[in-house]
Amino acid sequence: MLEIKNLQVEVEGRQILKGLDLTVNKGEVHAIMGPNGSGKSTLAHVLAGRDHYDVTAGEVSFDGIDLLDLEPDERAAKGLFLAFQYPLEIPGVVTFEFLRTALNAQRKKRGEPELMTPDFLKRVREAAAKLHIDQEMLRRPVNVGFSGGEKKRNEILQMALLEPKLAVLDETDSGLDIDALKVVADGVNQLRSPERAMIVITHYQRLLDHIVPDVVHVLSRGRIVKTGGKELALELEAEGYAVFEAEPV
Amino acid sequence: MNVDLRQIRTAAETAIAENFAAAKAKLPGGRDVALRREEAFRRFEQQGLPHRRIEEWKYTDLRALMREGRPLAEPPSAAAKKRAKSAGAVLAGIDVRRLVFVDGAFVPELSDLSAEPGLAIGSLAEALGRGAPEVIARLSAGGPADGDVAFALNTAFMGDGAVIEVDKGVHVARPIHLAFFYGSERAATVFARSLVVVKDGASLTLIESHEGPDSVDYHANSALDLIVGDDAVAHHVKIGEEGSRALHVATLTATVGKNARLHDFTFIRGGAVVRNQLFVLCTGAGATLGLNGVNLLRGKQHADNTLVVDHAVGGCVSREVFKSVLDDESRAVFQGKIIVRPDAQKTDARMMTRALLLSEDAESDNKPELEIFADDVQCGHGATSGAIDEDLKFYLMARGIPEKQAEALLIESFVGEAIEGIAHDGVKEALMDAARKWLAVRV
Repeated sequence: MLEIKNLQVEVEGRQILKGLDLTVNKGEVHAIMGPNGSGKSTLAHVLAGRDHYDVTAGEVSFDGIDLLDLEPDERAAKGLFLAFQYPLEIPGVVTFEFLRTALNAQRKKRGEPELMTPDFLKRVREAAAKLHIDQEMLRRPVNVGFSGGEKKRNEILQMALLEPKLAVLDETDSGLDIDALKVVADGVNQLRSPERAMIVITHYQRLLDHIVPDVVHVLSRGRIVKTGGKELALELEAEGYAVFEAEPV
Repeated sequence: MNVDLRQIRTAAETAIAENFAAAKAKLPGGRDVALRREEAFRRFEQQGLPHRRIEEWKYTDLRALMREGRPLAEPPSAAAKKRAKSAGAVLAGIDVRRLVFVDGAFVPELSDLSAEPGLAIGSLAEALGRGAPEVIARLSAGGPADGDVAFALNTAFMGDGAVIEVDKGVHVARPIHLAFFYGSERAATVFARSLVVVKDGASLTLIESHEGPDSVDYHANSALDLIVGDDAVAHHVKIGEEGSRALHVATLTATVGKNARLHDFTFIRGGAVVRNQLFVLCTGAGATLGLNGVNLLRGKQHADNTLVVDHAVGGCVSREVFKSVLDDESRAVFQGKIIVRPDAQKTDARMMTRALLLSEDAESDNKPELEIFADDVQCGHGATSGAIDEDLKFYLMARGIPEKQAEALLIESFVGEAIEGIAHDGVKEALMDAARKWLAVRV
């Protein structure tokens, strides 16, 4: 589904990703772990199409198409979803309206009919209930006055509604207490399917107790330096990242 | 010999003087009104049109912007009145009492004059003609806008407008809509002056709309004197939809009594040059003022909101939020002066202005001024201007929303936050629609 070859990325003239290779097949959940500054969030943003992340070499193919050629909204319509580490507040845009605009924009781009309000409301209510999201929250402006946990649940709600083929979760566990973490992880687990792939980016192992990955990668200094099964996460938790941080001679 | 009269110089200034000489005998009112007009006109004669070296007009040089004068508007023709049937369309579908003014003159046959207990409605021309003493007294010198030349010109030339009085304790449920419509095909000057009194404990929602054709470069000078009694509540919404070549200068003077509330909102979308000035004076302790506005400008439009909020007494709260969305080479000016008099302890005054610049060539000028003479007060002001937030835009695009639509949504949210504050749901929705229509042209 996703194939990244020799991806090299610069941000403001500084090279962050230095030849990253990654293959994710449908149905798989991959965890990418690594120390701060290793390039985890850069990878997430490059995949979603953020400006000012300059791809200097390499390629990214998503379902056989060149992902790097597409605008962020086109990538989303093709089925790519990024759950933000720091979801933004949008004063003045009601959450319901935001969700509907996003969903219908994607459907329109795919040549599907736009969802009428009653159908849409039904979907939102069902998805929100699963994530313990209060209806009242949906009538508030997007993320304005939401707690950290509410913001992250709102990200997962968007993911549930938009039904992506590939979801990239960027440090979804950051800032969550254990109860909020469980709710978010349950929400994510409900969305696991043989047709959907996920990349879970995290610094800590604890999220992976709840979202159990098929494959774990260690990212260090802009490259994937080790790949293994879920047990690799436990090793990292015990031993730390220091062993991967030495610059190869 | 000492000559204290300023030499009249520009074509516009000459035309104004000629207009006054020719019209003063015909303008409504008796001798006392004529004296008031003369007194006001002298201020213009002494100062001329305000220009950039007058601090209050620094960013809106009326002498330069108003090169030539216009004759005074004739009474509206049948054709103009016919065109005025569309007046106030922006509020179509909202249950309001509409009073229509065409080329400055009240048109009863287009207006709703049905009786309502505790509410008196009339026209200024009629009140001046009759010599109504309470109206003439209100128009006397000594108000908060005294000294301003644009307002003085309005006093000198005022022809017609609305005179509204709400009795003590009366709650007027249906908003009153003053629809000012420019219907002539000739370029002329219109002077409208309205007087609205909301007596103690009463409440009123007053809406003004100003509109005209894009084909005529007319001038409009409009003024409203609003008196809000003790414990009274006044909502005032002004909708500026003048034609694209029009010059519009408007003055609001408001006095706000004890524990009274004034909620004022200015929405400007039309006009080539707009100067909107608010002079608000707290006369009773515990008054609450909310003065807000939105400008949506493009092309070479210029809109100036100038406020003077005078906390003459203590314990009053004032809040101002003005937002502008500026495209092309448009320019928004915000000048906000808060005066806190020596006795006005426990004043709480805050002012904010924010501009969203959609183009490299758009300009936003902000000048806050605090004059604080009391020591136990809270006063603050802030100003921001910037482009659309790239992070927010990316967030929306990452959800599948195309770039232009994402921008439109963010602009809508920017102005929506301000419009949200309007109490009347119908008016709020009408202005959101007007904002969306403005945006639709862009996308």
